[in-house]
Amino acid sequence: MNKKLTQKFAPGHSTCAGCGIPAIVRTVLDATNDPVVVVNGTGCLEVTSTLYPYTSWKVPYIHNAFENAAATAAGIDAAQKVLEKKGRGGKKAKIIAFAGDGGTYDIGLQSLSGALERGHNFLYVCYDNQGYMNTGGQRSSASPYGASTETTPSSGKDIGNELYRKDLMQIVEAHHIKYLAQANVAYIEDLKMKAKKGLETEGPSFLLVLQPCTNLWKYPTSLYVHYGKSATETNFWPLYEISAKGGSASGGENVKYKINYTPKERKPIEEFLKGQGRFKHLFKPHNKKVIEKMQKMVDEKWEELIKRSKN
Amino acid sequence: MRNGSRERINFIIYIKIYTSVMNNNKTKNKALTGGAAMAEAFRQINPDVMPVYPITPQTPIIETFAKFQAERIVETEIIPVESEHSAMSACVGSSAAGARTVTATSSQGLALMNEVLYIASGLRLPILMAVSARALSAPINIHGEHGDVMGARDTGWIQIFSENVQEAYDNVIIGLKLAEKTMLPIMVIMDGFITSHSVENLEILTDEKVKSFAGEYKPEKFLLNLEDPVTFGPVGLPNSYFEFKIDQGKAMERVFDMYKKITGDFHTISLRNYDLLEKYKSDDAEQIIVIAGSAAGTAKEVVDKLRNEGKKVGLVKIKLFRPFPHKEIAEALKNSKSVAVLDRAMSFGTTPPLYSEIVNSLHGTYYELLITSYVYGLGGRDIFQKNIEKVFNDMINGRYIEEEKYLNSK
Ligand SMILES: Cc1ncc(C[n+]2csc(CCOP(=O)(O)OP(=O)(O)O)c2C)c(N)n1
Ligand SMILES: [Mg+2]
Repeated sequence: MNKKLTQKFAPGHSTCAGCGIPAIVRTVLDATNDPVVVVNGTGCLEVTSTLYPYTSWKVPYIHNAFENAAATAAGIDAAQKVLEKKGRGGKKAKIIAFAGDGGTYDIGLQSLSGALERGHNFLYVCYDNQGYMNTGGQRSSASPYGASTETTPSSGKDIGNELYRKDLMQIVEAHHIKYLAQANVAYIEDLKMKAKKGLETEGPSFLLVLQPCTNLWKYPTSLYVHYGKSATETNFWPLYEISAKGGSASGGENVKYKINYTPKERKPIEEFLKGQGRFKHLFKPHNKKVIEKMQKMVDEKWEELIKRSKN
Repeated sequence: MRNGSRERINFIIYIKIYTSVMNNNKTKNKALTGGAAMAEAFRQINPDVMPVYPITPQTPIIETFAKFQAERIVETEIIPVESEHSAMSACVGSSAAGARTVTATSSQGLALMNEVLYIASGLRLPILMAVSARALSAPINIHGEHGDVMGARDTGWIQIFSENVQEAYDNVIIGLKLAEKTMLPIMVIMDGFITSHSVENLEILTDEKVKSFAGEYKPEKFLLNLEDPVTFGPVGLPNSYFEFKIDQGKAMERVFDMYKKITGDFHTISLRNYDLLEKYKSDDAEQIIVIAGSAAGTAKEVVDKLRNEGKKVGLVKIKLFRPFPHKEIAEALKNSKSVAVLDRAMSFGTTPPLYSEIVNSLHGTYYELLITSYVYGLGGRDIFQKNIEKVFNDMINGRYIEEEKYLNSK
């Protein structure tokens, strides 16, 4: 493996074959030459990288609990500021928090909101595999409509998850931070560019990165790039950035939406769904309406995004 | 009842101040509430980071401190977090980063922090938290009680009780050092309202003395030491977790010796003497009450009164509750004929917390049979001298009626 890429996160870890998390971590860490301090919420990344007495982390790292990566980062940010002021500081480190969708959309939303609102200097990266994967694939508020999960199993009577995915990007945007972006592990260069921008931002910044999960989306390990790409090619997971020059001080003025990738020809949502075990039931004739509804939701969201990006 | 005990305390303080003034004319006598006194100790310590979240009756501590910060009297990074869960989470981040970190809470706030309290101690982070002890919901009640801190007694934190404003102030200074020397977090506890909001006279050390006593915080391993990257908070499987916990237990045992050493040093700068326990006329006592917190002041009054009547009664006041000084307790109680333990908390479905500890201290001795349990002051209910007097008289008369164990209850 590329030596530079393993300088901060070692190849020795125990994620599943075909897991996109290490690629996300390496790409983000590789986006800066400054020292970094990593905060990690409980989840797949944490349990697969810190099995005592081993650690995959060659940079300072802390795992506190499931829901408090952002608050922990806030404490480190305050410490760094005050130690510098008191003349006890060292080289300035970038603070990067990694947490899953469960640790971000659900149980960690309050902690994230508080840290964003207070303007701490850190980059928060949510790797979004659309469910509580470390505990075996239960529904989170990032799980898509129609997905069969362990807590919303599909049956002859149920379509699986009947709820819509929470629009976390809008929630984060409402904190008027200077930079946030949606990315996808299957588009590494785009992710790196966004990580760089996030890390160069004064104050909080946020990345929401799609991470297909071979184990619990239930597809062959070799296809993770395929599912990543088709999520974006179908507009299910658009790549875009939201930046606001003034950040919170501007009260959200000068907010700019930028779509980073527009598929030449939007592929039908079935392209993304087919072959994933969690959506298998949708291809039964009586669930045709569910797929139609999903398509409608994807198209509406995309239109909304285009409208915003033209403002 | 409180006035009486306070007058006595003030008298003692007066004498002490007189002697200490001889040694250092800069030591100040002030009248402060417990909250203001703790904030004063924080001012003198000038901690690096303080995550704060309001809750009665703790709030005066953080408000007083925020004013110091606003005037730039201290150089502390205050984080006005959005919850106590985040307050303790930020404490963990900042302490692990290498910053001296303090916070304060009460009741529901302490309960909300619970998960992270275990993490703070498991990561061996010497965070200092002032606790203005208060009852827990439901029903909601903002008044003094020990239910909140008792609920956190197994979180791996050192817990130290304060009887009055002077002790609340002193315990912050002693506690900071104790935490940092043992790499364990500490709760410095005072009774909500009774101590936190009552103005008492106390002696404030000079800023220089506190500063040099506290010294600089220099952790061995910390996150912001970028040249020596460490992983905090790994996964510990069955092949390692056990040993981590054994080590934590051993660290707790080391607290006793460290406490003795630190209180010895503290005596040199303050002329105030603190032992693991406070024994008040208990050496030759036949009946002894064991109690923690502000009600010890009231109980001392009663001891004095009954002693005047020729009754050989005494008091043992708990200071350290975690770790619990079982040996010293057993030693202090061994000549008594009977012991009554007064708890300001319940432990539903079993005996009250302090009582259980004392039974444990005396386990295997025949004294074990002579301990009775009383509960008082829940949700801020007053305890009067007459209530404590009744406990002593019951002991003298060999009378214990289960139904009467809830003192001053209806
Ligand atoms: C307070 C608390 N509740 C529940 C858990 C159990 N738990 C650990 S990891 C996890 C799932 C994490 O999901 P996510 O944040 O999406 O990360 P992923 O596992 O997908 O990497 C859960 C539910 C916990 N550790 N702490
Ligand atoms: Mg997840």
